[in-house]
Amino acid sequence: MSTGAPIISLRHAAFGYAESAIVRDVSLDIFPSEVVALLGPNGSGKSTLVKGLLGLSDHLGGEVRLFGTPRARFHDHARLGYVPQRHTLSSSVRASVEEIVAVGRLSHHRWWKPVRRTSEDSGIIARALDVVGLADRAHEDVSRLSGGQQRRVLIARALASQPDVLLMDEPTAGVDAANQEVLAEVLARLAARGTTMVVVTHELEALAGVLTRIVAVQAGRVAFDGPPGAFTPYAGEAAPHAAHHHDDEPSEGEGGRAPALPGSGPLDPRAGAHHG
Amino acid sequence: MAEILALDFMRAALLAALLVGIAAPVVGVFLVQRRLSLIGDGMGHVALAGVAVGVLTGAAPVLTALVAAVVAAVAIELIRSRGRTSGDIALAVMFYGGIAAGVVLIARSPASSPASLTAYLFGAITTAAPADLWVFAALALVVLAVTTLLRPWLFAVANDEEYARASGLPVTALNIALAVLTAVTVVVSMRIVGLLLISALMILPNATAQLLGRTFRASVRWAVVIGVLASVGGVVTSYFAETPSGGTIVLVAIVAFLAVAVTKSALDHAAARRHRRAEQHDHEHGEGCGHPAVMHGDHVDYLHGGHRHAPHEGHYDEHDGAQATSQAEEARR
Repeated sequence: MSTGAPIISLRHAAFGYAESAIVRDVSLDIFPSEVVALLGPNGSGKSTLVKGLLGLSDHLGGEVRLFGTPRARFHDHARLGYVPQRHTLSSSVRASVEEIVAVGRLSHHRWWKPVRRTSEDSGIIARALDVVGLADRAHEDVSRLSGGQQRRVLIARALASQPDVLLMDEPTAGVDAANQEVLAEVLARLAARGTTMVVVTHELEALAGVLTRIVAVQAGRVAFDGPPGAFTPYAGEAAPHAAHHHDDEPSEGEGGRAPALPGSGPLDPRAGAHHG
Repeated sequence: MAEILALDFMRAALLAALLVGIAAPVVGVFLVQRRLSLIGDGMGHVALAGVAVGVLTGAAPVLTALVAAVVAAVAIELIRSRGRTSGDIALAVMFYGGIAAGVVLIARSPASSPASLTAYLFGAITTAAPADLWVFAALALVVLAVTTLLRPWLFAVANDEEYARASGLPVTALNIALAVLTAVTVVVSMRIVGLLLISALMILPNATAQLLGRTFRASVRWAVVIGVLASVGGVVTSYFAETPSGGTIVLVAIVAFLAVAVTKSALDHAAARRHRRAEQHDHEHGEGCGHPAVMHGDHVDYLHGGHRHAPHEGHYDEHDGAQATSQAEEARR
């Protein structure tokens, strides 16, 4: 199954923020067509690891190669399709679904040249919307869509850059059951096309049929790496409902939490803050 | 109207108003998008210090104001990008320091009067030299050209800075470019709208446009229409009513906003009464969902148990033709 040169190759890599490492000593190779779930409790460093690959967290040690090129010399950003963790896309100005997805094409343009959308660009945008099942919503205001639909807009934006690997940060978190199913279908469709994916997630069940490999991160280190069949959830990750769906690392941007999470009862320390 | 256009001076003023009316909302939309609506106000404060230096030293106030505003713009963006809480304080010191220094220096200048201070702060087109107005018009054209060239990039960064960074976009450079464009717009508009009011012309037309457009492109077009209406309409009104141009322009922009907001909410209210929501279902309609899709005007309805379900925002609406469509569904089986 694992054929060809690795897309992502890490040797004793460490990532973090401001000189303090959150994940360390990570060694793994990700090959074309693999669908890898990156699991781990909150604060384990799985998001930091993905952000490190993208250059959004600091690379603090070890070796990181993307498509054979060391991270520091890697500039072919379009090959990495990033789907960030966002609970909502709504912003203070209007933007249509298509306008958001078109941003994914920018990594193929140069800023000093006027950006003209070619028919090739339009075709790629239309296909990306088709894959995520939003072709009929292209001209709608994105903030009017449901949370799950907005996640699919973000996936379409990543696909529009025609990446060789998709890096997704919790694409199914905080999404209702119907939309989670649709999201899982979208990922299955991408997997069937041979798309390489690294998915940071808590929801193993939703992605069960799609994954080819599980990498579990615990306390900043890789605790498990193998096929889904060999994976036994460790304490704390056992019950999917015990999982929390929110930013587990300090991150910039708007990482707001979805209201009424399954796990946020009165004993949840974060929920407690609302009651004083 | 003809009598206005016969005056050489008013021709320059109207051209400047037209260009400012286009440029201010086009730059302002990115400030609204980044939730930095009031940053232009701060730059106006600092630009006043630049004006004062020009008045005091005999240099061209436009030039000194431009230098002060651009330096402030770069400083603001660098302070913001460091993201420290102390940055907020640093901005306050810069903004209030700028306006206080401006007021004090202008008062010390033998060549100035309280009236000239008011003209800079609140806009008084009748006191501007025609030569200056041509400079403003030229600068406004530069702002428009640069903003048009950078528009997709500024949109990407303002929409999702983290994604833009991951895509390899020069995020910091684009943010500084937007800050400099804002600074130039502030200075260009200072004689027409005034340093304390210019932010209104960058923000209010965009606020109105958010009610009218459904896409970014459409809302920018609406913002330009409203911006031009306010700036040209305000200048013409101020000529006849003998009122200061800046205040008049902003009042026209506010009237436009209120008129659109009231009309829109009345129309929405009427639409909400006609609108029927379909029963809740977990299933999401789409291609290959098992429910036949039929075109209905400009959108697609899905035939679901004899009903036509039309996607609307996060839910589905009931659309008419229940009998006809249930037959179609029967026929399909």
